[in-house]
This record gives sequence, C-alpha cells and structure tokens, in this order.
Amino acid sequence: MAPPIELNEMEPEFKEMVKERVPNANFDLCLTCGTCTAGCPASELFDMDPRKLVRMLVLGLDEEIRKTEWAWVCTMCGRCSNACPMKVDIPKLVFNMRGSWPRDKRPKGILGSCDKHIKTGNAMGVPTDDFIWTVEDVAEEIRNAQPQFKDMQVTVDRKGAYMAINQNSREPVTEPDELGPLWKILHTVGVDWTYPSVMWAGENYCLFLADDEGWRYILEEFVDHIDNTLKCPMVVNTE
Amino acid sequence: MKKFKIPHKFQFTSIIALYAQWMREGKLKVSSDWNKDLKIKFTVQDPCNIVRKTWRQQAADDLRYVVKTIVGEENFIDMVPNGINNYCCGGGGGALQAGYTEQRRAYGKIKFDQIMATGAQYVLAPCHNCHAQIHDIGHHYGGHYQVSHIWTLMCLAMGILGENERTYLAEDLKEFGL
Repeated sequence: MAPPIELNEMEPEFKEMVKERVPNANFDLCLTCGTCTAGCPASELFDMDPRKLVRMLVLGLDEEIRKTEWAWVCTMCGRCSNACPMKVDIPKLVFNMRGSWPRDKRPKGILGSCDKHIKTGNAMGVPTDDFIWTVEDVAEEIRNAQPQFKDMQVTVDRKGAYMAINQNSREPVTEPDELGPLWKILHTVGVDWTYPSVMWAGENYCLFLADDEGWRYILEEFVDHIDNTLKCPMVVNTE
Repeated sequence: MKKFKIPHKFQFTSIIALYAQWMREGKLKVSSDWNKDLKIKFTVQDPCNIVRKTWRQQAADDLRYVVKTIVGEENFIDMVPNGINNYCCGGGGGALQAGYTEQRRAYGKIKFDQIMATGAQYVLAPCHNCHAQIHDIGHHYGGHYQVSHIWTLMCLAMGILGENERTYLAEDLKEFGL
C-alpha cells in the first residue's frame, strides 16, 4: 500500500505554473471520481494513477510530481481526459511534468531521436541524400519487377505537387520494401504527390520529449518548406 | 501547429481519410473477394493520435470502412472498447524509446487481452508505434497474431502486392496471389 500523503510543506507552485500554460486544464474541478484511473492502462505503474496525480498536484506535492517516472510511462493517450466529466487535462499535465525534467535527464532514447530530428529532419538521423537514394532505388526496382507500374513516379521535392506526404522514417530506413505498397496505391488512384526533403519524417519525438523549442522548430521548418518552396495545398501523414 | 499558432496555407489530413474517400469515389477499387473462402479474421487498432486526439469518430468510422472493404465485413472483428474509447497500445508518447520496457509491457497487457478476445489472426495497425508495440507484446505474452500495415492488405486485395512486400504477412498469405 502507498504511504499516506503528507500535507506538510505544501508548495502548490507546480499547479500554478501548469495552469498558466494550460488555462483550461480544470485541475481544481476534479471530482475525484476515478473514471480516469479506472480506464487508464498506466494505473498502478510506479505506484501512480491519474486521480492520485491530480490530487498530488492540487495538494502541492510538487517535489513528488516533478520526480515521478510515471511521466514517461503514461503515453498521454488522452483516454482519461476524454472520459473525465470535468474535462481535467491530465495529458497536458504529464507533458508539463516531462518538460520540468532537466533536458539531459529525460530518457536518452527520446532525447536522441528529438536531437536527430532537429539536425537531420528525421528521428533516425538519416542524411536526406540517403533517403532520396532509397526512394529512387526502391521505385526503380518496382518499375522493373512489375510492368503495370513501369510509369510509376516517386519524387522528392517536386514543386507544385498537390500533395506532400510524410511517413515514419523507420519505413524508408529499416524496411524500405514497405514503401512500395503505398506508392502503388497512390499510383493506382492517380494522386499527384511528392515527399518533402525538409523535416520529411512523420514522427515527432520532440513532442514526446516535451521539448517545445525543438518541436516548434521542426514544425516551422516544415511549414515554410511546404508553403513557400513546394507550395503543396495538401499535407498527408501516413500515421 | 495549433499549439504554437504557426500559420500555414495547406490543409492537413490522414491517409486513412483519403483511402476511405478514394474507395467511396470509386478511384480505389478494392474487393474482399480474395478472403471469401479463406475467412481470415482481422481486427484493427485505433491509433490515439489519429482517432481520439485528432479526427475522433470520423477517423474511427473511416478506418472500419476501409478495413471492412478490404477483408470483408464478416471477417472483421472489432476490439472492445473501440474507436475513441479504445485503449492506447502502450507504445505511444515515446514509450517505445523511453527505456521503461517492463512498465511498457505491463501497460500493453490490456491491449494484448483485447486482441486475444477478438480471436483475430491479423491486427492492422495504421501507426508505426502501435505496430511495433503490438508486435512486441504479442511476442512477449505469447500471442500468435500477425501485425500488418493496411497498405499491405489493400495491395494484396488488389492483386498488386510484390513478393518482397510480404514481411508482415503470416505463412497463410506469403504466397497468396503470386
């Protein structure tokens, strides 16, 4: 059983800080009904659950909130807040808990992927030239192997294409053959599409890392490339 | 983009919505005839970011329309609960890279039980994170289902799936249509 909550030394500063960033988070409206906790797969991990977390926040148990590793096992899936009768925004609380960890103390896997994304445009850290080479190589293979696709075009950075598509960088990097089926579908429909070369990957580990600055940078670079260079009116993410 | 108030001119959508639209418009002619006699059972994962957190019930409906068209209505078995109330697979939010493997798998046990209750041989996972996590918990808890991409089954149904594009098919479909 968990130890009782000590009301001494309460410092409700963390709550105030999150409320400032998330004005509609509704922490003070929590009815303690436990609907969040009943439907949360992360309940009980690290001796924590969403209701308990909100109670701790409201009681000002800032130190415990800041250090619990639960921040990284909750997936911010939103099932709790979706079911919450008072719409308490627990995922955004968790996001801000993650953000309160010193950047270099956050999980190395997520940190590494975020840094690679900022530097190379994808979480795998693959140079853009390699991505382009893979795409062209796989497309050529399909054109040769399947005559009905001999005219199939796969392009990167084709200006004026209607649709820009980004997908998870693991696909071109670790399983390039998995690119083909999507291309064939697009070819069959007759879609006018291209891959962007800037921030071409669909994932975003800076979001998971709660690195606002990195997250914003990735989005800004991407939006600028699509709007001002490629001028594609439609962006599609495959996940 | 909304969070940071970054203005953008383009529209943003998911490939699932487009699959559904193209199927409805007849631009993507997919039939489930291939599975009429095989009767292979499929279920589908609702990725949190596509369904609950972004396009909500519309995405859940589109997803089911697409999958049922590919595999046949009678061969689709939904998870319980599903759609916007479905459980996260446990791989989201960076969990697959966070290093808390034991907790991630404990989290995924609910998803594993949900999948096993459907009895489906295939789980279609339209998100790379879900795909990896559902595969991992299947392996860890001893499930025998196969995790596949939607595009794999769609191309299989249209008879255009290449020989080297079958990594995520089980033995029953490895040679199908070649």
